[in-house]
Amino acid sequence: MKKAIALISGGLDSMLAAKVVQEQGVHVEGLNFYTGFCVEGHTHAIREKHRSRPRRNNALWVAEQLGIKLHIIDVSSEYKDIVINPKYGYGQNLNPCLDCKIFMVNKALAWGMEERDFDFVLTGEVIGQRPKSQRKETMPIIARESGADDLLLRPLCAKNLTPTRPEREGWVDRAALYGFHGRNRKPQMALAESFGFSDYAQPAGGCCFLTDAQYASKLQDLWDARGERDYELDDIMLLKVGRHIRPASHYKLIVGREEGENRYLEGYRKRFLHMRTTGFPGPLALIDGAPKRRDLTLAARILARYSRGRTLPRVDVSAHHTDGVVEMLNVEPLSPTDLPASWHV
Amino acid sequence: MAQENRQRLDARGLLCPLPVIRTQERVHDLAPGTLLDILATDPGVMQDIPAWSRVHGHVVVSTEQDRGCIRITIEVCET
Repeated sequence: MKKAIALISGGLDSMLAAKVVQEQGVHVEGLNFYTGFCVEGHTHAIREKHRSRPRRNNALWVAEQLGIKLHIIDVSSEYKDIVINPKYGYGQNLNPCLDCKIFMVNKALAWGMEERDFDFVLTGEVIGQRPKSQRKETMPIIARESGADDLLLRPLCAKNLTPTRPEREGWVDRAALYGFHGRNRKPQMALAESFGFSDYAQPAGGCCFLTDAQYASKLQDLWDARGERDYELDDIMLLKVGRHIRPASHYKLIVGREEGENRYLEGYRKRFLHMRTTGFPGPLALIDGAPKRRDLTLAARILARYSRGRTLPRVDVSAHHTDGVVEMLNVEPLSPTDLPASWHV
Repeated sequence: MAQENRQRLDARGLLCPLPVIRTQERVHDLAPGTLLDILATDPGVMQDIPAWSRVHGHVVVSTEQDRGCIRITIEVCET
């Protein structure tokens, strides 16, 4: 029996692609990559308002529906180079989609074929589905640059492409593959129905934070403020949380918007100068960067503006330095009109 | 009496899917029959660890939740 490694995102296309090949008697196992920018999971885990929603890891859920093993691989440190130096550039925001796909197919190749005895790689790509990475011209680039060459099968649009080795050698029947193209989702939905799949994830705006304009703007701000295009995993996690307010280039505040975010930020409090209101409930603010002494009053006023004491004339704020020293500040909450929109990252 | 082979994985403070990834990495090196206690704080593990265990053929032996801390014990099986 031939063995295929399927890139499983948790969305419908990769689910269908794996199923189509599985139906042909091929043993399929799934790979899912954790880049650190995955939307799934983290926002649900952090934000209180998302907790009432049914929560599941869609890639694992897909694997269960297909009855296949799913291996989740942490590529977050290697992925940094893709984000910082994408050979093929970015899409609309800081999404290096083409480089990302090449990277993932290459990782699948190494994982499945060099380290294990899989025969080919399959993806749920559809020509014309995505403006940056899923175009007729990019399909051969991905195959070539990933090193997969003709061992990369796209079951959903194979009929629009040159036959791959799995098709030529009869490992799969090309006639039973598909020729989908474009952004129309109806063929996929019809195929899903024919397989009896009525429940599947349809992530709005994709599954990667790098495609999100607001997130990309925060990442760009981080790079600008630090004067270098670099990040640690904690940096990109914190960009997902709270209001980011930068009154000056050398520091910014990360202010929790709700209980779940405050709880998450608490986990970082020992590593950051942080502030909280005293005497009544309010958010936690981490101060990222190197604020000067005189900046602390403004930071405290901003924090007070988001606390329940925002309408009071003065509010007490405690500033907790990383060396353990706690400083008390008594400040006037900043009025909304004194907080320029340009400070919001 | 044979000594029970029991190991512990501390995934507290990690958000999903990292606890699942750490579990997967640890289980890779464990012999069938080993019990692995996974400690976590992200409630997402309540769904994700059992789902991961099911697709890989391992068995969730118990799940406990005490205030913010979750302990899931899985038995590593031959897969």
